[in-house]
Amino acid sequence: MTRIHSMLLAVTAFLAVAVPAQAQEAAASLDARVNEAFSNATGWFVNFIFMSIPGTNFPWIVMWLVIGATVFTVYFAAVQFRFFGHAIGLVKGDYSDPNDAGEVSHFQALATALSGTVGLGNIAGVAVAVGIGGPGATFWMILAGLLGMASKFTECTLGVKYRNEYPDGTVSGGPMYYISKGFDELGLPGGKILAVLFSVFCILGALGGGNMFQANQAHAQITQITGEFPGWITGVVFAAVVFAVIVGGIKSIAKVTEKVVPFMGILYVGAAFVVLIVNYNMIGWAFGQIFAGAFTGLGVAGGFVGALIQGFKRAAFSNEAGVGSAAIAHSAVKTKEPITEGFVSLLEPLIDTVVICTMTALVIIISQQLIIDQATGNYMLNEAGSAIATVDGNSGVALTSAAFGSAISWFPFVLAIAVILFAFSTMISWSYYGLKAWTYLFGEGKTTELVFKIIFCVFIVIGAAASLGPVIDFSDAAIFAMAVVNIFCLYFLMKVVRKELDSYSARLKSGEIKKFTH
Amino acid sequence: MKLVIGLDGQSSGEKALEFAKSIAAHGDNCELIVVYVIEWSPFSFQTAEENAERHKRREEEISIAMERVVNPAVASLKEAGHDARAIVRHGDVADTIDDIAHSEGASQIIVARSSAGGLTSRIFGSSTANLVMNARVPVTVVA
Repeated sequence: MTRIHSMLLAVTAFLAVAVPAQAQEAAASLDARVNEAFSNATGWFVNFIFMSIPGTNFPWIVMWLVIGATVFTVYFAAVQFRFFGHAIGLVKGDYSDPNDAGEVSHFQALATALSGTVGLGNIAGVAVAVGIGGPGATFWMILAGLLGMASKFTECTLGVKYRNEYPDGTVSGGPMYYISKGFDELGLPGGKILAVLFSVFCILGALGGGNMFQANQAHAQITQITGEFPGWITGVVFAAVVFAVIVGGIKSIAKVTEKVVPFMGILYVGAAFVVLIVNYNMIGWAFGQIFAGAFTGLGVAGGFVGALIQGFKRAAFSNEAGVGSAAIAHSAVKTKEPITEGFVSLLEPLIDTVVICTMTALVIIISQQLIIDQATGNYMLNEAGSAIATVDGNSGVALTSAAFGSAISWFPFVLAIAVILFAFSTMISWSYYGLKAWTYLFGEGKTTELVFKIIFCVFIVIGAAASLGPVIDFSDAAIFAMAVVNIFCLYFLMKVVRKELDSYSARLKSGEIKKFTH
Repeated sequence: MKLVIGLDGQSSGEKALEFAKSIAAHGDNCELIVVYVIEWSPFSFQTAEENAERHKRREEEISIAMERVVNPAVASLKEAGHDARAIVRHGDVADTIDDIAHSEGASQIIVARSSAGGLTSRIFGSSTANLVMNARVPVTVVA
């Protein structure tokens, strides 16, 4: 065995030295083949999800998400603002019974869910949004983030309320459980079918946005520093590490990541602050661009509607409100009051979108990476007319990297590490979400779990090798498909949440629920 | 009179127990509360999988602590004819022992001398030192 191994190694080494040109060509054509096969296979699905409302160029799915978030905001009478302070108190542990110490705390549930959402959407996704929709996209992104807090509140409350608790003390929860159990409880038909449909989309979303998009953009960021090399190499390395964690059970890697990622997040926001402080005289101008762009588009493709679509899309993709993924992460919390988890979760879109995404957008705008036509004050489009022309022709994560680099020359290196870690932690989180959907469909068991985990790792390689366009389209489509089922079901289940909310706020007012003095 | 005895699972805990017995022998109706704190912070970062298994792990941690540290201690106190019971809780060691002693209305906390030494205790401090500095109840550190 060892001999075969070393022979293979020797042959590989020989080939690498002897025929570098051919090897590279072969690798490049492999990338191209993967790319083509992938876009052929997924095109119809992407087209359906992003179909425009007849007579407009507005994708129905974006409308769907915003209407959902608005309905929840109105139905729960702006719960995201009324209970904002209470949510902070819960995270601080003011309402935690010391006798329950040792269970998953509200803070831990929030941090875990955030490490699944804070990722490349915040760095690369925002660059895509601002690159296509202009600064105005930021305004719509923030608005969608604020409304999305209500969607998140609804789904996470239900996630805890209807989770499965097993005799061994472990838990499983998420939309597939609240859809099937909740519909049964309300005597509504079709719960099981909808839950299965959600699970299918959740698996696709896990393989798309939670996996391929991450691998793809991590590779883009690495080549930014090292120069071009085939994507599948990055893919194989990532896949090997993820495999070691989720199959090999090498938890220490995941643990280290979970501990480093929050600091990376703080570092990222800190660096953005530095860029803003250095360019403090531009902040007013940047906000001016954001507001002007929000209502006029400032010459971007599709005008202000283009800006709006990009903003809404990126917000939903980044904070995942209404998608249902956070409900899976939050359902692990042992709490007597499911609604407290809802309150805590409404902080996620705020931190993710309103704070971190906005920081990225401001840095890109302020660093003037987007080229403005001095004559008209509008943004210039690139040759294809699909996006705003940038100083170095960058898009996605490369644009963010260049924007930070213009103020802090060494920051792209830090950003590269941050991107790799964010990508990795998002992959780990989504492998769990996908796995929960998979086991919901196929039952819990070592073999079925292993099958999913191997598929997951294979998709990392495909994601890193494919070019940005098809990957980002498929990722968006899969994640939004989850939201189609989830929000539809939330409309039926929201009265359950309202009952919880009424009962809880009455008890909070009467003093029955009080702070523990520590 | 109520005494809280903080144990950390080290052999030095025996000395704290012996000392508590000697005090209890002098007074009538002395209740001894054996406390074992499992170091834990609600502000640590965990993976989704760890969260899902947390409740199970917590139960395991508590039963191990009961079995290995607390139950033998309570048994030895009872054997000596004292009124004794146990509390196992997760949290910061110093804060939790102080909280329990305070809320139980204990008149004294008895702990063993810190077993950690050297560099670790210089950087992070020791639980015993933190307890002595911040406790709201008199603390006796048994050498």
